[in-house]
Amino acid sequence: MQLLMFYLIGFFAVLSAVSMIVVRKPLNSALFLILNMICLAGLFALLNAHLIAVLQIIVYAGAIMVLVLFVIMVLNLREKDGDITVRKVAAQFVGIIVVSVVMVMVGASVDPSAISALGSASPEFGTVVGVGKTLFTDYILPFEIVSVLLLAAIIGAVILSKSKV
Amino acid sequence: MAELTLNHYLILSGVLFSIGVIGVLTRRNVIVVYMCIELMFNAANLMIIAFSNSLGDMTGHVFVFMVMAVAAAEAAVGLAIIIALYRNKKTVDVDEVNLLKG
Repeated sequence: MQLLMFYLIGFFAVLSAVSMIVVRKPLNSALFLILNMICLAGLFALLNAHLIAVLQIIVYAGAIMVLVLFVIMVLNLREKDGDITVRKVAAQFVGIIVVSVVMVMVGASVDPSAISALGSASPEFGTVVGVGKTLFTDYILPFEIVSVLLLAAIIGAVILSKSKV
Repeated sequence: MAELTLNHYLILSGVLFSIGVIGVLTRRNVIVVYMCIELMFNAANLMIIAFSNSLGDMTGHVFVFMVMAVAAAEAAVGLAIIIALYRNKKTVDVDEVNLLKG
């Protein structure tokens, strides 16, 4: 059952990722990326990471992609007709090499006999309670530093997008 | 192999990451390049969560939480840079933006 769910969601995740880099219009790319992120949220839920699955939909598919769509619509871009150039062929060649290297690395680094089934240890695993306890006890300092980072990002974005200083 | 193992997730994560790399290399629109980088972030997150589940350790979830926060900050600053770029050069084609070329 889990395997079936994995193949179904994984198929749509890969399909939407490929569609994202193939389609011409940036707007369609963004919509396919949202589909991809929702698929990944499903996979996170399958891995018992419930809080991360919800955050994936709220933060990524919600906030970040709305920002991207907003910018695409503000700029109102026209994609030029794609022409097959030497550079493009070379880039695809490099891409295929990267795919092969990643696949070999994944294949070599995993011992199939060592890791059998995925399963969670405690009932708190991946829930708001569990992640919250870990986040606010062991990782409280990184959590506070992230808030400073977000403040810096807010100020930076406002200054960068101002028209005249 | 009728059971869902860590390998499935690692392979899927590798495939998604590679698609992101190909997108960055082939597409010339800077917004699409940015979205491909987001796709690579997501592939890395999937791998972290899969390992976290496999090891039964919730530290990976905290890590993904941090990655999401950094990605949100990156989205705000990156898109502001794209808008500033468009305002100055009237294009978002990465081939035509070569101010730093020696």
